[in-house]
Amino acid sequence: MKIYVSRDMASVALGADDVAQAFADAGCEVIRTGSRGLFSIEPLVEVETADGRIGYGPVGPWDVAAVLDGSHPNRLGPVDQLSFFAGQQRFTFARCGVIDPVSLTDYAAKDGWKGLDAARALAPQAVVDAVKASGLRGRGGAGFPTGIKWQTVLDAPGAQKYIVCNADEGDSGTFADRMLMEGDPYCLIEGMAIAAHAVGGTQGYIYIRSEYPFAIYTMRLAIERAAHLIAPFTLEVREGAGAYVCGEETALLDSIEGKRGQVRAKPPLPALKGLFGQPTVINNVLSLAAVPFILAEGAEAYAAVGFGRSRGTMPVQLAGNVRHGGLYEIGFGITLGELVNDIGGGTANGRPVRAVQVGGPLGAYFPPSMFHLPFDYESFAAAGGLIGHAGITVFDDSVDMAHMARFAMEFCAAESCGKCTPCRIGSTRGVEIVDRIMAARPTPPSVMPAKAGISLPEGGAEEKRDPSLRWDDGGLSKALYSRSPARIDTSLDAQTTLLRDLCDTMKYGSLCALGGFTPYPVLSALDYFPEDFGATAPIKEAAE
Amino acid sequence: MDEFIEGWTARHGATRDQLLPLLHAVQEEAGYVQDAVVPLIARALNLSRADVHGVVTFYHDFRRTPAGRHVVKLCRAESCQARGGAAIEAAAAQRLGVAMGETRGDGAVSLEPVYCLGLCAVGPNALVDGRPMARIDTAALDRIAAEVAA
Repeated sequence: MKIYVSRDMASVALGADDVAQAFADAGCEVIRTGSRGLFSIEPLVEVETADGRIGYGPVGPWDVAAVLDGSHPNRLGPVDQLSFFAGQQRFTFARCGVIDPVSLTDYAAKDGWKGLDAARALAPQAVVDAVKASGLRGRGGAGFPTGIKWQTVLDAPGAQKYIVCNADEGDSGTFADRMLMEGDPYCLIEGMAIAAHAVGGTQGYIYIRSEYPFAIYTMRLAIERAAHLIAPFTLEVREGAGAYVCGEETALLDSIEGKRGQVRAKPPLPALKGLFGQPTVINNVLSLAAVPFILAEGAEAYAAVGFGRSRGTMPVQLAGNVRHGGLYEIGFGITLGELVNDIGGGTANGRPVRAVQVGGPLGAYFPPSMFHLPFDYESFAAAGGLIGHAGITVFDDSVDMAHMARFAMEFCAAESCGKCTPCRIGSTRGVEIVDRIMAARPTPPSVMPAKAGISLPEGGAEEKRDPSLRWDDGGLSKALYSRSPARIDTSLDAQTTLLRDLCDTMKYGSLCALGGFTPYPVLSALDYFPEDFGATAPIKEAAE
Repeated sequence: MDEFIEGWTARHGATRDQLLPLLHAVQEEAGYVQDAVVPLIARALNLSRADVHGVVTFYHDFRRTPAGRHVVKLCRAESCQARGGAAIEAAAAQRLGVAMGETRGDGAVSLEPVYCLGLCAVGPNALVDGRPMARIDTAALDRIAAEVAA
């Protein structure tokens, strides 16, 4: 009997290896796949029957007999018919969880290499045009049109051009890159080979963070097996070394070159002077992995779904305190509320949702009153946030938002590359200011009742931060008398003003998104959850 | 160590971009990158010692002192915090008898922070001697502590 068990790192963390071993011991033929992407049913086993693959989950190694005779209470039926999967549009993750990730036969049988074959039948310019027509934008977070980036590299003179895949997925709440590399590595390889054909690149690198040992292993194995199919293009995996900032593209290039992962000033753009000073395509895993579909099915098919200027699908990741956490690939335009409440099912522990952070440690915190926001690059930017790598971390009503703002600054301080001052120094000063605020606020709001009354008008955080308020009662100058600690005005008003001023400096003065975007979680926490910062009157008035 | 580095560069090349792979290899071989190895690496790749030192100290992964016999990496990032990570962090420090970021006096265990393992829907998460573990609770911490004590 054929049994399918995921070998995704998350499934293994939940005990999938023991489950797989138990079925193997029972004489079953066990095929290890990637994860389907719904972790509340993991470890999941699928049994091949005359009626297709029937899922059971979660199961343990002690459940073998009940699964094999079909009597197990956690029988799910065909997994792709579960509501979590039936509503998805899996363009990029079509094979993930279904096939043996490193089987070339499986990959070819499920439309694998169709995109590369189509691309190789076209001139490079035609491939770039197809990517442009698809409307694909950088899935790493910046949302820059991929086709335009490729055009720049195609047009750039250079004897040697590189294709670099940014797989340094360091944002908390995101795991789509990891799942794809572990569950369908040939898809990424195919996307990179198409990019190589499109711009004339001959050498590629996949920079994977060291926290992802399973992905590193799977990608290396897949590259070895697929080498003859992508030749003359060659690929190599480079392992990161625990520096979050290397997810920034220029820091990543320096890291591959064997240097400290420090951000480079732009220009020159990596497209013109990138790796080893040569023209370089550098794209996120999800951007490159979307390309095979675009070439195989046509740019129109990809662009047909989406919202506004955000075309195609986004593999959204539901994380944190959420009942049905996992990967949900869907066209842009779905609202935040639908994702968190309808698909995610609210919090895992049943408490009310108080905040969600969208886009990793540099993304804004939104309260449920903002759940009408459609998932779209422009809509989130207008609301003072970003979709980033599309990770959504759900928090219940026990979260202390001042603590989360402090953590954002603390994380920035720990991970700053040190090249620019606003990020290097500002992050540490930010921790100190939030500490003073937390010390000065009346009572630590450890458990807040869900407040419906803190909803804010539409139009976004930008408008609400009335600049005239920053200088009221001279709080800033008083808060800055730091040479003599006794003279620092540690009142909530003064420190909050100072925090906003610091965020302003970091946002506009930092070299890259680490220092530049750390203000997003801090200011959104301050704007939407002022009561956690001592509920000072001016902020509340500003918000209403 | 000189021989190891020579053998490694003979196989993989001695260009500057091999510095991170070489440091990973040295750490894999010796458990850490001791200061005495820095000049050897610098010579092998034709770099200055300061340059190599700068790279070793930039990246969180490279250790300059040996780790404990067991290494417990506990996630501190937002998604694990949303699932009670802070309480688990405190409980782990107490049960393992070592503060976060430290190696216990007897060298039995190191407790280290990690910022996201990409298992964000099933936290709090940990890597225990390289093995991923999800939904860490106090019972799981007891099992880890028993493993360390064994």
